[in-house]
Formats: sequence, structure tokens, C-alpha cells
Amino acid sequence: MLKTINCTVNGRAMELQVDVRESLLDMLRNRLHLTGTKQGCGVGECGACAVLIDGETLDSCIYLAVWADGKDIVSIEGLTGADGSLSDLQQNFVDKGAVQCGFCTPGFVVSATALLEKNPNPSKDEIRRGLSGNLCRCTGYQKILDAVESTADQRRNK
Amino acid sequence: MEHKVIGKSVERWDAIAKVTGRANYTGDIPQKELLYGKICRAKITHGKVKNMDISEALKVPGVIKILTPDDVPEISFPTAGHPYSLDPKFADIADRRILTRNVRLYGDEIAAVIAESELAAEIAASKIKVEYEEYEFYLSPEEALKEGAVEIHEGTKNILAATKAEIGDIDTGFKEADFIVEDVCATPIIQHCQMENQIAYAYKDVDNRWVCVTSTQIPHICRRILGQAFGMPWGRFRVIKPFIGGGFGNKQDVTIEPLVVAMSMAVGGKPVMVDLHREEVFGWTRVRHAISYKVKMGFTKDGVITAADIEATSNNGAYASHGHAIVAKGGGITTAIYKIPNFRYRAKTVYTNTAAAGAMRGYGVPQITYALETFMNKVSIQTGIDQFELREKNLTKVNEENPLLHMVQHTMSLRECFAKGKEIFKWDDKRKSIDKDKNTASDYVRGLGMAAFAYTSGAYPKTMEIGGCRLILNQDGSIKLMVGATEIGQGADTVFSQMVADTIGIPFEWVIADAYTDTDIAPFDTGAYASRQTFVSGMAVKKAAVELKEKILQAAYDFSKIGNKVPIEDLDIVDGNIIQKHNGQILETLGDLALKTYYDLHSGSCLTADVSNKCTKNAYPYGVTLTEVEVDKKTGKVEVLSILNVHDSGKIINPLLASGQVEGGMAQGLGYGLAEELKYDEKTGKPLNNNLLDYKMPTFMDVPDLDVAFVEIEDPVGPYGNKSLGEPPLCSPAPALRNAIIDALGIYVKDIPVTPQKIIEALSENREV
Ligand code: FES
Ligand code: FES
Repeated sequence: MLKTINCTVNGRAMELQVDVRESLLDMLRNRLHLTGTKQGCGVGECGACAVLIDGETLDSCIYLAVWADGKDIVSIEGLTGADGSLSDLQQNFVDKGAVQCGFCTPGFVVSATALLEKNPNPSKDEIRRGLSGNLCRCTGYQKILDAVESTADQRRNK
Repeated sequence: MEHKVIGKSVERWDAIAKVTGRANYTGDIPQKELLYGKICRAKITHGKVKNMDISEALKVPGVIKILTPDDVPEISFPTAGHPYSLDPKFADIADRRILTRNVRLYGDEIAAVIAESELAAEIAASKIKVEYEEYEFYLSPEEALKEGAVEIHEGTKNILAATKAEIGDIDTGFKEADFIVEDVCATPIIQHCQMENQIAYAYKDVDNRWVCVTSTQIPHICRRILGQAFGMPWGRFRVIKPFIGGGFGNKQDVTIEPLVVAMSMAVGGKPVMVDLHREEVFGWTRVRHAISYKVKMGFTKDGVITAADIEATSNNGAYASHGHAIVAKGGGITTAIYKIPNFRYRAKTVYTNTAAAGAMRGYGVPQITYALETFMNKVSIQTGIDQFELREKNLTKVNEENPLLHMVQHTMSLRECFAKGKEIFKWDDKRKSIDKDKNTASDYVRGLGMAAFAYTSGAYPKTMEIGGCRLILNQDGSIKLMVGATEIGQGADTVFSQMVADTIGIPFEWVIADAYTDTDIAPFDTGAYASRQTFVSGMAVKKAAVELKEKILQAAYDFSKIGNKVPIEDLDIVDGNIIQKHNGQILETLGDLALKTYYDLHSGSCLTADVSNKCTKNAYPYGVTLTEVEVDKKTGKVEVLSILNVHDSGKIINPLLASGQVEGGMAQGLGYGLAEELKYDEKTGKPLNNNLLDYKMPTFMDVPDLDVAFVEIEDPVGPYGNKSLGEPPLCSPAPALRNAIIDALGIYVKDIPVTPQKIIEALSENREV
């Protein structure tokens, strides 16, 4: 069954027809071709599909598209500047070598963006806890930690 | 030699695409009229499909076709990502069918549905009715080898292979020993958990050939195996690999590719995609071999090894995949690290009804390293000889041939690694502090552990090693790089680009890499495995770069005017300019020269180099893990206080990427040592924890700060003095952690993963070390 929803995706208001069984992840990837958001498990275990819903980090694979009605959704594509410029956090992921295969990266960037929004001065432990819903098998998390810490440092010293 | 780009932490060329979500992985590429495939999996663990009724499944709206074993070629094929063997004696075992009537593990692939949506395919797959004939099943080698066990593969007695390698005479060796130590240990089945699941789609192309787009580490091998699976000329297939979300060996095997091609063939060449669920990847792609060891060694009273006898039994699961190669590698790795005058290494690989074990980062070396390094720890405790000293007494010597790997070891740097590690880690200070606290009664106890390893670079001389590279000088002086080696996240393309830039004399940014490996375009190379690419493929890249540079300088000479000619020996390329060597004067830019080579009316040509290079060398990297843990005796919980890996991988091409490789490997080693194990239900043979919630791969909170150091001893055979690095980092953390835990507790814990449960059990039994 299809249902019409109204929501904002990466700053653009839109009206969409979605299947009532469809996940927000499928809506983003298949209907809007926003394929930056990845699927690593489909059941809320890995965080590869993380997006911001009204500013909260959520796994879009276990969030129904119909629930997005009236919501403000931001995916990885919405965190990049309109001119393609990187956010300071994205730049630090690049500079610190926090990217390997890159499959977990959009989810981490989304989660860490929200984390720094809520807590501009996170300790190492707070970063670890705050990002523990995102799995990465390549990096051992070290350089992701470095990237988030550096971003917080730079913002503090600005 | 002075380097301008090699040895620098240049930014990986694809990082920006990845942080913005613009990097396209297999599932991100739009396809018109895409159909979806789902596998119908057996609901028993061992037996035969007697009957299959697909009538109800066919009624599900959106279902297009259902394939059963009758609808696919009756051809058995191998799946391992090994090079083809011209000698049939060494060919991989061909024991796979695209779909099977013989069920060899729970979830075996017995039918497949093609439908307009994934959901329809999934529903239909669940409606296929199957009648089985059931046999007894075996989850361990012991069970599979018992008298009268049903054969999982006919005529095998459930033994895939058994081999023996010998040096000297062990009886004499043990007679010469002043004392003998024995131990046993076992390692678990674990899974790769690369974040991108197996995904592939196939279609018939405009030239009537079959294209398979897939997340694979081995595009060229995959094409060959497709040819074998369909009994068709290999050139009828084309394999394309886009960006890939990790592999760690799980994608060094052909899994869903023959099936997606068969599906597309069944629907007239329309594109069909199979995107496995995480549960399927865990349960039914590939896993790491669980290997159990019996180790016996004789020593002189000074701690020098006189003899060693190792017996290894490897659980290969239900299909051969990489098979015996993995446990067999342990023999040569043992003699790569320790000098053993009298040695026997017996290895047996056994079929069971668990997931097929294949390649996984380390390829058998994490297992043998666990056995050896926990053993050496025991010897150190029993004799009182310091851990490092005991190992140093027994290390192999430089420039001697490894008697089992048949390659000379040009370096042996563990002494340097130990010294650097102890210094950075402050091992002696930590030792003192722990010893001081030893007698204070507390539930929290600390301990130190270490473990060393040796590895290889590529697979020569076990299998042939070939690398391919094509370089094209563009009109503006930039250079297009094409390799058959596979970028899977490790940064290989970035490192190859550095090699090209450094060798030719241009800025790194002038080299153009790309994410795709397409067997129609990419030079032949067997792909990402055996930590071979910077070493083996790097040799081809270097050769091509040297050749192209020669051609460029020749062109510079040819195009310069008579009278103005600088002798060719005095020409060089620096920072993208053609210069005169003796005074550094810039003669022209590489771009200006390139333009002439393209467009001069009478002479010149587009300059290219196309190299295919057989590598007939190997080099041994080494390293050590040092770690400090704290164990809570009440709960058995282990906290890793610090952990350091020191590596000798020769010259490091890109320090940032290299430390990233090491950290990732260390975290995997940590999971291996403390938490990860794929478990099976004894009653049904079903995997119990084939998901990311119940299977304990390390999360952000499980991994402490990871410390990395390199001992950069340039290797005489590596193309730029480099040796392998990708797999080594996960070889030594698990034994180092286990050694630290028993140092803390003073009791014996045998097997990994050393979970809190095992610690509590060991404590309650007060097991002696
Ligand atoms: S795909 Fe959503 S949490 Fe894994
Ligand atoms: S970079 Fe590969 S999973 Fe994180």
C-alpha cells in the first residue's frame, strides 16, 4: 500500500509516495537516489545507514519511511556544502586518514556531526560511547577518534 | 635513494568521494529494469534434497522464475581466489555447483528465485517446499573423522588433505634436548565482518557477453571461475569491480557471482542482482578456519630449540574453498621465525558441516602464531628465561633459505622490533610497577604479554605471482594509471600512484587512478590477497614507470632542436619539468613535451608503457605486539590498558595509510583474542550468532588507543625496499593478549577467545600454567 508523506530531505521540502512497509533507508536510496547512506545489516546493528531525523541520529534501516512524514531528514549528502565543500569534520576524516574502504564513513560522519553538535567538548570516552552504534571493521576506530577530537579542538580554538 | 612522494603521507585519492557519500559501491549504481534474486536455503544440516515443490512459490505476485539444481549447469567448479594451476595436481578442488541437491551445511543453496522486488523474491523463497533425506552432521573435525561417519564429499572420508613436512630428524632432536615442553590449543571459527555484504548483479551486454558487476577482491580470477562454472570460454565473461566496502579475504572467493549470471541467463540477459543479508554473509559465505594444535618442543638448558613437532587439525567446513593451503602455511611460517634444526609439521584439513572456511586476513598465520607464541610464553614461564631473550635465542638467521618456503630470508629484524617496542612501551618500567603491586590483595590484576610473528609478501613460490600496469601520458603531462590489482579500502591505488609519481618525477596529483577494476580494461593481475599488491603489483608499476620515463626523456631529446640538444644522460624529470641534471635548469614542462608527442605532424606518439611482470621473489615482514591488560577477577572482564604493534615492513610508502592498516589489524586481532566466535547449535547445526549483535566484533568502546611503530629496514628485493603490511598486523595481538591475561592471573587459559566465562572457569579450577 502506498501512502503520501511530506518531509524535508537535505533542506528540500518534498511530497513522496512511499510503501507503508518501506524503510527510510530504501526511500532515500531507491526513490531519491541518495546512495551515500549505506546498508550494512538492515536491522539496526551497524550504523552504516545513520541519518539525522530532526537532529537526532537514527538508523534509517529500522525507521519506516511513513514515519518521516513531517520530519526534517539530513543524510550524508546534506552535510556537504552546496558547492561541494567539505565540513570541517569531513575534512578531518580526510586529513587524519579516518577513511579506508569508506563504507562505514557516511554513517560515522552523520553520527559524529550530531555528537559534536550536542557535546562540543567530548572526552575520548564520550566519543567512544557516542559513536558505539557505528561499526567499522577497517580502521580500528583510532583515526576516526583522531578526526572527531581534532574537529572539536579546532572549533574550540576558532 | 631520495624520494619525493614515496614515504609521504599523501591523502588517499578517494577520501573526499568517501566522506561525501559520492563513492559508488556495487549497490549504488543505477540499473534499468533491475530484477532481484534470493537464495532458497536448506533447512537441514546434512542430507539430500529428495523433492522440491515450487508451485506455491511461483504464485507469489512479482515472481518471474525459480531456478532449481535442474536449471543450472551440472558442472563442479572451484571457488578459491588462487591463480589457475597448469598442473592439475595442484588445481583447486572443484566441489561447488551453482545450486545443489546435496546439502552439506545448514543453509546450503538449493534453489533461487528471481522476482521484480526483493520482498517478492524473499517471500517466494520461503514458500518452496522441500523434502529431504537427512544424515548425521558433524560440527568438528573429531566428529567428522569418527568411525563410520557419513562422507560430506564422496570418497574423501571427510579428509580434504593431510600433509607432513620434515626437516632433520625429530627423534634425534628430542634426544639432544635437556627438557621438553608440550601444549595444546585451539582457535575459533570467526568471520570477516567487512561492512559491505556480498552483492553482485549480472546482465547480457550489447556484444552478447555476460557482465558481472561485483564486490570482489579478485576480478580476473572471478572471470576465470565464471568460465569454469559454465563450461564456456573465459572471454565470454566480463567482471567489473566498483568501490568495495572491505573484504579481508571474504571476497577472495567466488560466492554469488556464478548464481547471478545464471539468473540473468534465465531471464534473457536482463540485469539481476543478489544482495546478501548480513546473516547470509556470516553463515554462508566464508569464515576463518578453526585450527587445533598439539605442540611439542625440545630445548637445551639455555633455551635453544633442538626439535619441534607440531600437529595441526583444521576445520574446513562444508566446501574446499582455499582448503589445505591455510593450515599448510603454518609449517613454513614456523621456520620463518624460529630456527628449528629438527622439525616435523603434520597438518590435516577436515570437512565438517559448518560454513566453508576460506581466506581471511592472515591466511592461517594468526592461528599458527597463536599456537607458537602462547607456547613460547609457557616455556618462558617454566624456565624463567625472559620472553624476549628466549625468542632472540631462536630467531632465524639472515640470508639463509627457509627450508619449507624455499626462499632466502634476506632480513630478520625481530631484535630491532623488540628493542624499539620495549622502549616505546616502557616494558621494563611497567614490569616493575606490576611486580610491585603483585602482592597487594585486589580483584583487579594487571599483566604484560607479547607475541612476535613472521609473514610473507605474496604467494611465490607456492603459486605464480604476476602483476600488470599500464601507464598513459596525457596531453597535459598527467599520467593515467591502470592496474589489475584491486583497491578494497587498503589504499593500494594511492600507493601505486605514489610509486608512479616518485619514479617519473611528477607531483602525486598528476597521477589519475580509478576505483573500477574491469577485466576488459585492467591489465591482468590476480588481485587483493596475500598482502601481495605493493610488493608484487608494485614491481609491475615500477617497471612501467621506469619504461615510461625513458620514453619521455627520449622524446624530450628527439624533439629538442639540433644544436640545442642536451645529451640524454643529462636529462631528468623533476616536479613535472624536463630538466638538465647537471645544473637543474628547466628545459620545458612535461605538459609542453606531451603535447608535442601527441600532435606533432611528423613524429612522436602517445607515450604509454604496458607491463606484465612475473614476480619470482618473496620477502619476510616481521613484527611484535606488546600489551598490558587488567583483569577483574570477580567478573572475568579484561580491559586492555595499552597495546603496541611494531612492524618491519621494509620501506613504508605512505605512513598514514600504513598506520591505518596496522590499527585496523590490531582491532581485529583484539576481537580474535577476546571476543569473536561464530557458534553453532549442537542439536541442529544452525549458526547461532550470525549477526552483528550476537557476534562480538569490537565496537568503538572495545578498542583502546592503538599504538603503532615501524622499524624501517629497506628490503633488498621489494620494489622500493618495501615488504607486505596488509595482513601482518592481526597475527600477534591475540596471543599477546592471552599471554598478558595469564601473566595477570597466574593461571592457565588455553583457547581464544579468552572470554570472561573462560577466565572465571579457569579461576575456579585454579589451572596451573
Ligand atoms: S544498515 Fe542500518 S544499522 Fe546496519
Ligand atoms: S572504513 Fe571500512 S568499515 Fe570503516
